[in-house]
Amino acid sequence: MSLARPLDSTVVLTLRAASVAFGRVQALQDVDLTLHRGDRLAVVGENGSGKTTLLRLLHGLLPDQGQRTQHVLPSGKAATLAMVFQRPFLLSLSAQFNVLLGLWLQGMPRSQREQRCRQALQRVGLGAQARRPARDLSAGQQQRLALARAWALRPDVLLLDEPTASLDPSAKREVEQLIETFADEGLTVVMSTHNLGQAKRLATRVAYLEAGRLVVDLPVQNFFNDRLPPKAALFLKGELPWA
Amino acid sequence: MTDSFGLALSLIVRADPELLRILALSLRVSGTACLLGAGVGLLLGAWLAAVRFPGQAAAVWALNTLLALPSVVVGLLVYLLLSRAGPLGSWGILFTPTAMVIAQSILVVPLIAALTRRLVLDALSDGGDQLRSLGAGPVQCAVLMLLHQRRAVLTILLTAFGRAIAEVGAVMIVGGNIDGVTRVMTTAIALETSKGDLPLALALGLVLLGVVAALNLAATALARGHGALRDARLA
Repeated sequence: MSLARPLDSTVVLTLRAASVAFGRVQALQDVDLTLHRGDRLAVVGENGSGKTTLLRLLHGLLPDQGQRTQHVLPSGKAATLAMVFQRPFLLSLSAQFNVLLGLWLQGMPRSQREQRCRQALQRVGLGAQARRPARDLSAGQQQRLALARAWALRPDVLLLDEPTASLDPSAKREVEQLIETFADEGLTVVMSTHNLGQAKRLATRVAYLEAGRLVVDLPVQNFFNDRLPPKAALFLKGELPWA
Repeated sequence: MTDSFGLALSLIVRADPELLRILALSLRVSGTACLLGAGVGLLLGAWLAAVRFPGQAAAVWALNTLLALPSVVVGLLVYLLLSRAGPLGSWGILFTPTAMVIAQSILVVPLIAALTRRLVLDALSDGGDQLRSLGAGPVQCAVLMLLHQRRAVLTILLTAFGRAIAEVGAVMIVGGNIDGVTRVMTTAIALETSKGDLPLALALGLVLLGVVAALNLAATALARGHGALRDARLA
């Protein structure tokens, strides 16, 4: 099922017949997905359905059979991506070093790096924590730092793997607000989540994965109101049986 | 035993010049060997963890086998290389501290490389994808993980230093245990034992143990001091 209509027709990334296998386990199978600029896509599905694999594939971190294309944007540059993982990995160095590292790896000149780093940390409310060891920050602050590191790269597509899964309600709200403001800037956001309320709040489009297959891709209103395939409907009701 | 403790204490308290000379040479030789071994071993271990190449499994197997390399075998190989008839005989460094440094470096490289490889592999399984997503290549990922795990790296280097300063076979063969030139703690202990001067041998052994214990304490204090300094800065 696919009725999702883009807000902006500019295509940033496509997957065609993409499949990923880990040994004998088929993690993703024949996935077709088109991301447009400004899309806010929530990827939902039960545990092991392939959500994280899909995000890693979108980022190009996994080899796949099929076709993955990062399209050239009107600016003349290919779409760029950044990813925030469920458990953000931060080097045991200062918060600002963790942000600067990403910029350094992108080859940005030093003067710009420092300015961009300051902006990013202030953007997520961690300006005063710049010199603190990243690993001494709270879980919510660490997730915000990971968002700052990703946002500092000025990506066209931001991939978020269950960004609020291990956070308390207050930290969850802060992170959601940040995602919302990033998306409001026109960033394409792809977010895997188990939280259907979050999908409803943040997404414009919802994709449902079932055993590695993308079986539903609908605008958010349709996903929650339309008749869905049986398993997706059970998932929505929270009644999906244990496999 | 009591005599040995007394003698060890007396040697230390009197700052016995002979003891200090032996101690200084031991620290210099093993310290230099560890630094050289770290330069090679850390990079080799990080590289083996980061890249994939044909024959990698064999390389890792060989590295792990070299962990059990007897120091006398290393001493013998370096002796053959540096003896007058050997390929590097023209260097004329056999029976010098330089030869001892070379032997001990060879001894600690497999240890540092194997432990570093395991350390970096574990770190990469935790955060490798994140670093790759930021644009880091395989070798950059590995080097960043060494930085990330710097305290564990320090522990590896201390372990290597412990192996170097405590070994006797290699330095005895390539150093020759020449009084005032290549005599280090372990060769001095071996000599005193062979002469039947067990109290002095035990005393030297206690001093050697004390040196290693002091170094471990220093490393711990360094780590704690770094933590305290960091906390003070944040307060």
